[in-house]
Amino acid sequence: MTPSAPATTAPGAASLRRPAGVRLAWLLAGVVALLLATVASLAFGTRPVTIEEVLAALAGDTSSIGTAAVASRVPRTLLALLVGAALALSGTALQAVTRNPLADPGILGLSTGASLAVVTGIAFFGLSDPVATVVVAVLGSAAAGVFVYAIGSLGPGGASPLKLALAGAATTAALGSLVSAVLLPRVEVMTTFRFWQIGGVGGATWDRILLVAPALALGALVVLATARGMNSLALGDDVAAGLGERVARTRLVAAAGAFVLCGAATAIAGPIGFVGLVVPHLCRLLVGTDHRWLLPATAIVGAGLLVAADVVGRLVARPEEVEVGIITALIGAPVFIALARRRKVREL
Amino acid sequence: MTTAPTAERLQVARRRRVRRRGTRIAALFALLVALFATSLMVGNTLYGPDEVLRVLFGGQVPGASFTVGELRLPRACLAVLAGAAFGIAGSTFQTMLRNPLASPDIIGITWGASAAAVVSIVVLGLGQDAVSLAALAGALLTALAVYLLAYRRGFSGARLVLIGIGVAAMLQSVVAWVLSRASEWDLPAAMQWLAGSLNGASWERVGPLALAVLAIGPLVLALGRDLGTLRLGDDAAAALGVRVPAVRLVLILGAVTLLAAATAAAGPVAFVAFMAGPIATRLVGPSGSPLLPAALVGALLVLGGDLLGQFAFDSRYPVGVVTGALGAPFLIYLLARSTRHGGLT
Repeated sequence: MTPSAPATTAPGAASLRRPAGVRLAWLLAGVVALLLATVASLAFGTRPVTIEEVLAALAGDTSSIGTAAVASRVPRTLLALLVGAALALSGTALQAVTRNPLADPGILGLSTGASLAVVTGIAFFGLSDPVATVVVAVLGSAAAGVFVYAIGSLGPGGASPLKLALAGAATTAALGSLVSAVLLPRVEVMTTFRFWQIGGVGGATWDRILLVAPALALGALVVLATARGMNSLALGDDVAAGLGERVARTRLVAAAGAFVLCGAATAIAGPIGFVGLVVPHLCRLLVGTDHRWLLPATAIVGAGLLVAADVVGRLVARPEEVEVGIITALIGAPVFIALARRRKVREL
Repeated sequence: MTTAPTAERLQVARRRRVRRRGTRIAALFALLVALFATSLMVGNTLYGPDEVLRVLFGGQVPGASFTVGELRLPRACLAVLAGAAFGIAGSTFQTMLRNPLASPDIIGITWGASAAAVVSIVVLGLGQDAVSLAALAGALLTALAVYLLAYRRGFSGARLVLIGIGVAAMLQSVVAWVLSRASEWDLPAAMQWLAGSLNGASWERVGPLALAVLAIGPLVLALGRDLGTLRLGDDAAAALGVRVPAVRLVLILGAVTLLAAATAAAGPVAFVAFMAGPIATRLVGPSGSPLLPAALVGALLVLGGDLLGQFAFDSRYPVGVVTGALGAPFLIYLLARSTRHGGLT
């Protein structure tokens, strides 16, 4: 184990082993919280509705104004669930692959890479086909991820977590200003695609959700299938190789899954940061570091967190809405700061 | 008798270096004056140098008096003053923390000023002078917060940069939040606070900034030599006669004030504070104070970026978009360079 090993692999990992009963209890608690957040997301909005109306609407009744309002909130809630789960899974996979506690699709530049690819496609190449948009977004996030990893592994010491985080943050800043440069003079693009700068789930429709759902499912399956490999990676490359793990292949597959998840999520909701950072750390405290438990837990908690953040964003500025990307940054950035503070510099 | 020729040679080399630095600074200054004059002449209507000069000396020229005197002159002055302020502030931080990434726009201080300015305009409805003061308070608080958060049993530049990036992300969210609440705001106005723009230039805006730059700029510039010595490390600087804590405090306060005044007037013009210092060092050479060249390069960047953004494309770009597009590759280049040499931490 190298001195730069993140918390997941530290000797403390043993103390984070949870008995199966505890894990199951936390998992169930996560599901309950997720359900509560979902109900809140359906019930709260510009127009207040009663619990009966929510239930009636879910049963398919859209005759009254209240139930129609609830029905109109369903796609948005579903999108928040999917995007939250995707970003959390992507973040967990990235943290395992780079063995970096600061990894997150937002911080490593994946979201902004996807954003820039799509915005460039729309502005300069007449990109309008929805399927092509998702593909472009995935390619953009993969390109950004590979680029950040390449920059971060230059020089002595290889891809240390500190260098990766800095390379990612700088690349995010750089790509973000390029997104602004493409978007701002095009008022018509800007007003429809504001969410390319600050992620939000307000523009959800059934068509768009159905479009990205296969990509999200594919990415989630790939990431979940490498759970065992991620456990080996956490032991360090040498030990993992000694245990028969094909380290490079596992890394590549898991990273590809993370790129697909992040790219597809960004294609439909714009760049949303810090979900993929906060959720894995929280879940490690709850269910331990075994990725076979950790990955499902992060999906559940990530979905719940993003739905809850969206509800908060709708409530704090009524009747205006605050994009969910703003809320997650306000929640997540302090966690990022705390993590950057906690580790000694040498370990960073 | 080998020492005397060596000393002589060193002296000659040093003199040549100083002279070369002098000529390059003079060239930068000449370029700035030329660009300033161009920005006064060029626009929808082209005015000749004679007309511009007549307006500058208070003469009444039909049309030109308003266009040049009330539109182009404040805009150009704002560009030069804000650029110089960003350049000085950025270079001060980068030199003091010995890390090109530790510029105030990357570690969040600029965003502190911007967030305070936006809140005081949109939520509190204050005027320009009060906005400048609020921006100053926001920038100082952010600088203090980043410093305190990064200080933990010692001090590390890399940790400071990472924490600053987190703080910057939060403050950017605050700016975006407040702007999204102010629905009656049009895009150009919002733009100013997201990337920086000179579109709102007026004498009223130039006033507080000019005051800050003229009062504090010379003070910080005068400490430039001590700043160069601080690069050698605190102990070495103290041994060379620099009163380290006092000099550092004055430099930080001065840089933050300049930054806040410039941000309150022009918004957080993207990457100017970050780019000016490293570019100036490459142009002028690493010896001597980095601040004066950085001020000139900063002013050139904002003025040139604004001219480019206004006239080089078919649609008008705010200056922050131009400097952002220029700064992004430069940021990646610097990052690749410093990671390759292991100089990041």
